[in-house]
Amino acid sequence: MMSAITSQHDHHVEELESLKVTGFWIFLVTDCLIFGTLFATYAVLVNHIANGPSGKEIFELSGVTWETFILLTSSFTSGLAMLAMHKGNKKQIINWLIVTILLGMSFVGLEVREFAQMVDEGATISTSAFLTAFFTLVGTHGLHVSLGILWMIGLIIQLFQRGLNVKTKRKLTVIGLYWHFLDVVWIFIFTIVYLMGVM
Amino acid sequence: MENHGSLKSYVTGFVLSIILTIIPLLLVTNHALSKGMLIVAIMTMAVLQFVIQLVFFMHIRESEKPRYNVFALTLGIVFVITIVVGSMWIMTFNSVVQ
Repeated sequence: MMSAITSQHDHHVEELESLKVTGFWIFLVTDCLIFGTLFATYAVLVNHIANGPSGKEIFELSGVTWETFILLTSSFTSGLAMLAMHKGNKKQIINWLIVTILLGMSFVGLEVREFAQMVDEGATISTSAFLTAFFTLVGTHGLHVSLGILWMIGLIIQLFQRGLNVKTKRKLTVIGLYWHFLDVVWIFIFTIVYLMGVM
Repeated sequence: MENHGSLKSYVTGFVLSIILTIIPLLLVTNHALSKGMLIVAIMTMAVLQFVIQLVFFMHIRESEKPRYNVFALTLGIVFVITIVVGSMWIMTFNSVVQ
């Protein structure tokens, strides 16, 4: 009797956590809309370079290519953390999360360096409509990645404190989805902003 | 929440994503196609990579039914395309208005 009640309760908790994952999907869709409007703004303003430089003059494909592969690899390693979660291996989860965090930090570091170089060359956010749209779009993505890094650090702390349970598993699932989503957004930034920019 | 995925699915997604990043990069740096064709080609590969990551990384096919996430995502994509294409289209009238 007792165990029947417990298992029913567990089932209820799991259903609730599953609903929260679905809720997070809805958030990702709204985040898609934010990036959609920023992409639209960028596409409209890309040729309005005023007296400033064009994308062709300031984009350096080599650094951006590194960023792309680093973020893609981090998306893969966050997936490996999810696999470790399904195996119930806490140590492995934390290790893969740390690898993901380090890759995410290198990504943000490279992006900050790229932005700093541009500003040094006189291409600031207020130079032209094109650069305003560029820094807003790419910067918003960079902020998302930075937030994800802090989030993962917090989750590692929670894993140490509370261990693997239904709730921390759901939280891991959600950060995994968030991280993959950021990589998807970056594919379009890489293609639309950088590849089309240097064409 | 039982959308597991396997090592195989992650590796497949990773390898395909790398290929779909390298091809557009080479096409652009080698100026292999005319500009119009190039844009179509690299956008196609970006969308393909998006689908690959949805399937192999985010396991969208394994989500529980009813698939509210798929419905929401489809609606979101419709909105994004409307906003982006609509904005670009209407701004082509910019010179007429001025």
